[in-house]
Amino acid sequence: MIERRPGLQILRHVILLIGVAIVAFPLYLTLVGSTQTAQQINQSVPMSMVPGSHFWETYRLTLFGGTNSQGSPLPAMWPMMQVSLISALGIAIGKIAISLLSAFAIVYFRFPLRNMVFWMIFVTLMLPVEVRISPTYEVVAGLGLLNSFAGLTVPLIASATATFLFRQFFLTIPDELVEAARMDGAGPMRFFKDVLLPLSATNIAALFVIQFIYGWNQYLWPLLVTTNEDMYPVVLGIKRLISGESWTEWNVVMAAAILAMLPPALVVVLMQKWFVKGLVDTEK
Amino acid sequence: MEKRVRFKSRWLPWLLIAPQLSIVLVFFFWPAGQALYQSVLQEDAFGASREFVGLENFSRLWNDSGYLDSFKTTAVFSLLVAVTGLSVSLLLAVMADRVGRGAGLYKTLLIWPYAVAPVVAGVLWLFMFASPMGVVGYALRAMGIEWNHLLNPNHAMALIVMAAVWKQISYNFLFFLAGLQSIPKSLIEAAAIDGASPWRRFWTIVFPLLSPTTFFLLVINIVYAFFDTFAIVDATTHGGPGKDTAILVYKVYYDGFKALDMGSSAAQSVVLMVIVVSLTVLQFKFVEKKVQY
Repeated sequence: MIERRPGLQILRHVILLIGVAIVAFPLYLTLVGSTQTAQQINQSVPMSMVPGSHFWETYRLTLFGGTNSQGSPLPAMWPMMQVSLISALGIAIGKIAISLLSAFAIVYFRFPLRNMVFWMIFVTLMLPVEVRISPTYEVVAGLGLLNSFAGLTVPLIASATATFLFRQFFLTIPDELVEAARMDGAGPMRFFKDVLLPLSATNIAALFVIQFIYGWNQYLWPLLVTTNEDMYPVVLGIKRLISGESWTEWNVVMAAAILAMLPPALVVVLMQKWFVKGLVDTEK
Repeated sequence: MEKRVRFKSRWLPWLLIAPQLSIVLVFFFWPAGQALYQSVLQEDAFGASREFVGLENFSRLWNDSGYLDSFKTTAVFSLLVAVTGLSVSLLLAVMADRVGRGAGLYKTLLIWPYAVAPVVAGVLWLFMFASPMGVVGYALRAMGIEWNHLLNPNHAMALIVMAAVWKQISYNFLFFLAGLQSIPKSLIEAAAIDGASPWRRFWTIVFPLLSPTTFFLLVINIVYAFFDTFAIVDATTHGGPGKDTAILVYKVYYDGFKALDMGSSAAQSVVLMVIVVSLTVLQFKFVEKKVQY
């Protein structure tokens, strides 16, 4: 603290509290919405900002499906959350696994075309899947991967962020470790498993957090490659709920929104240290 | 940088690199090549015939007022998202940097929106402004502003900007905070001893030293507004009213998958690729030049 100015300190708290309030207000309203009935929300102008008493009802209806207040069927979110979980884990683990291996190959071996291979992987950093949706869709459709977990995950694994990060990290590992391992008679895979993997643990954790959120929140790609409701991730399910022509069951939409943001938000808050590290590392 | 000590094997490196290389080839180079190839073809909606048309798809885009409008929409949108997002986050980060006790708690309370999916962010904000029950829309009407994002293009734009900024605040905040914490305290103390007020210290010392972070975030936010906001638009405005919030990525999707004009969609993809690549190159150049202070 450079100088004591109580007025300034109070101003800081006030501005931060306003910021927190603005950031949290949509969440509060969503929680409130999910505890009321659809009629209560749709028929009051404006809706009440006090929590209602229909919490369990709404969440049961949202998770397991049923009929809405107008008698039309509502899809169950629980299976969609499972799809989201499987594809988020698939994307995160798949990306980390293939990147560890290829970074190991690029850093610790010399082989013909090594530089070209590195650049081929590196250039994928530049083009997000959104930019090349229609051709990628055709490739996936041609391989018969529509409506499958492979179609949902594998094309999104093709990115170099993680490879690049592991490469940078491996380059900082002292050469003496390789020499020692070789003197002890350890082969490359033994060195990889017993030395590199343990050393990379924090990097892996940090990347996992970021990639899990990335995978869980994918929207455009699943929108294209899934036509079968069994393969919808939960974020697509929400879109389905609000695209009804005349009637929106807002309480269910709000409960679904809470369910969809809960897993990644918990990951961010509980693994905050790794999350911040991952965020800073992947964007360097 | 190179390793001095390596392992020797003829086949092992290829085996290790095979999974990533095959994914990159199949799902990256092949589609990117296809996009380039399709962008010079004219295909009918049923895929029955295709003919080589050279750069006609591009010149059609150039003369398509809808596409140029979408360009303008995207430019306005990303500029609004970047400028609003950066100013709000910078303000909060400067406050949190010097607040002392409670900083950790504020940080936790500000970073969770990063985890929210764009489509959920869109739905949350839609709910606040939807007619008739949305509380914010109601408050605005009570103040005499006839809020209607279904008919008024400015309101629709404001809605997607707010949702997009809200989701991105946490990201900007974290990077600004890290940038602020890396500024040597001695510089600020020296200025304070010389009698510079906090306001003046911010603009003459902190803000200039923060410029690499600001520039980096500016590029990241523009890329974010260009590509990651598709779900927000799709959930709230569907590009409407009319085409007034149809940003470029939304148009690629709409033309390719709804209007089934694959040639035009591919040409638009190629234009987008050029934009991303130039933004990335720009960023690398600047970061290398300016990051050391």
